[in-house]
Amino acid sequence: MLDLVLVSLVVLPAVVGSVLALAGPAADRTAGPAGVATTALVALAAVLVAFPARGARPAVGTPFMAGSDLALAVDGLAAPVLPTVAVVALLVLLAATGSPDLRTARFHGLMLLFVAAALMTVLAATIPTLLVSWEVMGATSFALIGYHWRDPVAMASGTTAFLTTRTADVGLYVAAGAALAGGAGLGLSSLPDATGGWRDVLAAGLLVAGLGKAAQLPFSFWLSRAMHGPSPVSALLHSAAMVAMGGYLLLRVSPTLAATGWADDAAAWTGAVTTVVLGLVALAQGDLKQLLAASTAAQLGYVVLAAGVGATAAGTTHLVAHAAVKAGLFLAAGLWLEALGTKRLSGLRGAARIWPVVGACATAGLVSLAGIPPFALWATKDAVLAGAWEHSPALYVTALAGAGLAAGYAGKALFVLTRRAPDGVESGWDEERPGSRRVPGWSQGALVPLAAGAVGLGVLALPPLAGRVRHLVGGAAPEPGAVELLVSALVAGTAIVATLAVSRRAEGARGVWPTALTDWLFLERLAHRLVVSPVCRLADLVARADDAVLDRAVGTCAHLTVRLARASARADDTVVDAGVRAVGSGARRLGRLAQRSQTGQLHQYYLQSLIVLGAAVVVLVLVR
Amino acid sequence: MLSLLVFLPLAAAAVLLLPSIGERLARGAFVAVTGIEVVLASLAWGRYDAPASGELALEQRVRWIPGVGSSYHVGVDGLSLPLVVLTTVVFLACAVFAVRESHRPRLQAALFLFLECVCLGLFVSADLILFFVFFDLSIVAMYFSIVGWGHGDAARSALKFFLYTFLGSLALLLGFVGLYVASDPHTFDMVELAAHPPLQGQGLAGGLVLSALLLGLAVKTPTFPFHTWLPPAHSDAPAIGSAVLAGVMLKMGTYGFVRIAMPMLPDAWRAWAPVVIVIGIVSVLWGALVAFAQTDLKRMIAYTSVNHMGYVVLAVGAAGVLADGADEARRVAVTGAVTQMVSHGLLTAALFLLAGSMFERTGDYALDAYGGLASSAPRYATLFTVAAFGSLGLPALSGFIAEFQIFAGSIATVPLTAVAVLGILITAALFLRTLQRVFTGPTTGLSEGFADVAPREWASVGLLLALSVFIGVLPRPLLDLIEPAAAAVAHLVGR
Repeated sequence: MLDLVLVSLVVLPAVVGSVLALAGPAADRTAGPAGVATTALVALAAVLVAFPARGARPAVGTPFMAGSDLALAVDGLAAPVLPTVAVVALLVLLAATGSPDLRTARFHGLMLLFVAAALMTVLAATIPTLLVSWEVMGATSFALIGYHWRDPVAMASGTTAFLTTRTADVGLYVAAGAALAGGAGLGLSSLPDATGGWRDVLAAGLLVAGLGKAAQLPFSFWLSRAMHGPSPVSALLHSAAMVAMGGYLLLRVSPTLAATGWADDAAAWTGAVTTVVLGLVALAQGDLKQLLAASTAAQLGYVVLAAGVGATAAGTTHLVAHAAVKAGLFLAAGLWLEALGTKRLSGLRGAARIWPVVGACATAGLVSLAGIPPFALWATKDAVLAGAWEHSPALYVTALAGAGLAAGYAGKALFVLTRRAPDGVESGWDEERPGSRRVPGWSQGALVPLAAGAVGLGVLALPPLAGRVRHLVGGAAPEPGAVELLVSALVAGTAIVATLAVSRRAEGARGVWPTALTDWLFLERLAHRLVVSPVCRLADLVARADDAVLDRAVGTCAHLTVRLARASARADDTVVDAGVRAVGSGARRLGRLAQRSQTGQLHQYYLQSLIVLGAAVVVLVLVR
Repeated sequence: MLSLLVFLPLAAAAVLLLPSIGERLARGAFVAVTGIEVVLASLAWGRYDAPASGELALEQRVRWIPGVGSSYHVGVDGLSLPLVVLTTVVFLACAVFAVRESHRPRLQAALFLFLECVCLGLFVSADLILFFVFFDLSIVAMYFSIVGWGHGDAARSALKFFLYTFLGSLALLLGFVGLYVASDPHTFDMVELAAHPPLQGQGLAGGLVLSALLLGLAVKTPTFPFHTWLPPAHSDAPAIGSAVLAGVMLKMGTYGFVRIAMPMLPDAWRAWAPVVIVIGIVSVLWGALVAFAQTDLKRMIAYTSVNHMGYVVLAVGAAGVLADGADEARRVAVTGAVTQMVSHGLLTAALFLLAGSMFERTGDYALDAYGGLASSAPRYATLFTVAAFGSLGLPALSGFIAEFQIFAGSIATVPLTAVAVLGILITAALFLRTLQRVFTGPTTGLSEGFADVAPREWASVGLLLALSVFIGVLPRPLLDLIEPAAAAVAHLVGR
């Protein structure tokens, strides 16, 4: 029975989503309710299979390909993440019902397809299963980011996002080959058993795939482009799913990374450096969604760091708490964008005071993001930091600097949004689209549970629940000590106070941030210059060679054949046929010669026969 | 059973040659006969029991030319049955697509039914002479299809296609004769040749015969550098001609690898495997890059065929590299190769039919002549998007099932083949760019007033895509059919 629920968790949203996506405008009216109802059922099912009333958590599998199964399983790691994804999806779709331009079958269909893929990623127990959901997630994100497809920029952003993440996905294909060759099979749990160099290839492939999806350095830029999508899309894709799934994959394969002796360090350091660098990028942004996007990459850095140091439970709680925080913040940003027509911080001054519920929820989210006690991300981040400390103090210090930056960028947004709006702030409204000046009740309602999560989910990382979570998820990270909790709270507090002071003074000052930071380290431009343009040039070159060399060679062969044929024809005339003619004319001349012997004079005939007779005798003698 | 399947379209084609048959009746008969063929092929699948390794099911053998050890010998196994079913499906889709054809529909129906007979005949052949006869007749029929119903510079493209592939078939014949001469007792029978491969341990002779076979099959497949006949043939062929050419006839080349070259010349195949792998990798990357640079939709799809067939060549090459503990990987690679033949048949036929729909409406394949087409033709955009995602290897469509196995199997045997994975990146880039340029953004150029798909187009392309999705979601029925046969090939080539 529970097995059936598990299967329906993926099949139900996939089927409803496909039907809606293919039905087109005819189903627009029913799409919203169908989407919300489906995700509600899915959320219920997710809780059921993650925490079954009795018996073990379910696992199902059916033969698929390459000798491995299409297998779904709920283990301790999946148990907390599964309901997170499902509940955030439900709340996001609920909030999206307030947006008039998202009331389409296409939007809800694609969102449901995405949810199915994300849940399948959480549940995947083999590499083929993972790859199926992983790539479908990428493709639906392409369609969702490019949802407003008449806008060429939105579509191009979707393409950038898909191509960047697919570049990283190549790692999974290579990992599959390595797993097959390494004798470990394609099951995710048996991968650490792979032999020799294959294990290194395997770990490298998984690492690249995870870093790409999680928008870690150097792949982070696609997340900036992804902000061209509708806000509810960001609220789901860039909080609880997609980006989070990159971190989740690395948590899942953390033992494989550790087994190589280098991949775990690579993951930990990439995560730690991303918290700092993308923290700086976030601090420099003047656009709320861009700030949140950079912060997502930075926060996922903690999850990746946790995967690197084996602090699986800490990474998982951070992933879950961050999902609630970021979903709420993206939704709030989207609501302001729709109501006020802008997402630029300069236009959003005092926005939190206009609609109290939205303002309060966003404040809760930002305070949590800043790492202020006792809010959720303070505790979950410290659990990760404790793991980093065990591993290496340098790693700890780096990640702590990232925590300070998080307080900085969250504080900056907090200051702008909550302070009293200056006169004339309205001039900054409607710069992106005409605002509706209202926020639908449904959408506000959806924010409240997310804000509650942003406040309270920290209990998962604190005693007494922390122990149970660690028992559930596994991994071997220490709990953060009182000193560490205090240090990080102090760092966050100092940073936020400093930011507030700086913000107050620097207000209105433009261009204080270097372009490198506001422009996401020019990563996209670099990717264009180093990868995209050379490939385009190579393609043009190869296409020209195809025409000018290969095809021309074939044409030349054909022409040579024709020339050879003509030459043969000429030879036929001038040599063969001339020879035949020569034989003919020679015979004719001989005939004429023979005619001359017929003189009619008898004595000459006698002489001729005498010569012939003589010749015959000579021949006879010679031949014998 | 198989003979009925093969020759029913021929009989129908002969009847359709009668001038007294009306156009409507001819078009109806085309759909009806191809429909019956799908049913017959399904029945054959139903009656099929996987034969022992190296043997065939539903076999039939009749004396034909006993003097040279050739007979009318037909049968199917897990390599050929999927292609037989694919052939009938592609022809049905073409018949439905052509149901409004106004240009000499009776002759077109007769020609394509003849072509269906020839294609099916090739895949069920168990005798090299029979195989060769069907191989050559397919070229003739396709030549007439391009000349008679093509557009643009059709006569020239058709001639190029004919001469090039005919030359290839001569190399193939040379190889067949080599196999005949080397076998003892002399025979053209494919089952006997595979059971007792001639030229084992004779490096030079085996290599020469194999190179003749490889040349012939490489032209037909086509692989780099023998592919330049393909783009002009496609861009000037009629829509259903392109669909059959790409969907079915390209498979004759790759089918030849797994049916003839690998099991009959295992020694030589293993010796030549590195060459085959390199040709495969180059085809993958070259095809993808050239496709990326195209500005003409049909030429672009044609070059992606070079890319997709490159994966097949790569996989069968990798299957010829024996390594410790790589037996499973080699089986996976061959399974992937055969799956790719089916998958590419469905998806590329769909893409070419869609390109044909475009040409019917505007007479132009130029990508930059369109923009925002999703606005005027949303259903057309949906079909094209699904086909494009299938072609770039998205999971839940058949292309992924094929390419995953090809990559996993090949990389596990020959790690260097991992470069070929870049091919899926380039194809992703080119299809996304096409979707972006042609279908999204403001509606401009020829997109204005572009009529959305008619029921016949919806039905024919939908059929192909639905099957691709079915294989992508539930691959087991197909893989259960292919896997034993692929394992047999992997075993035979390891002798």
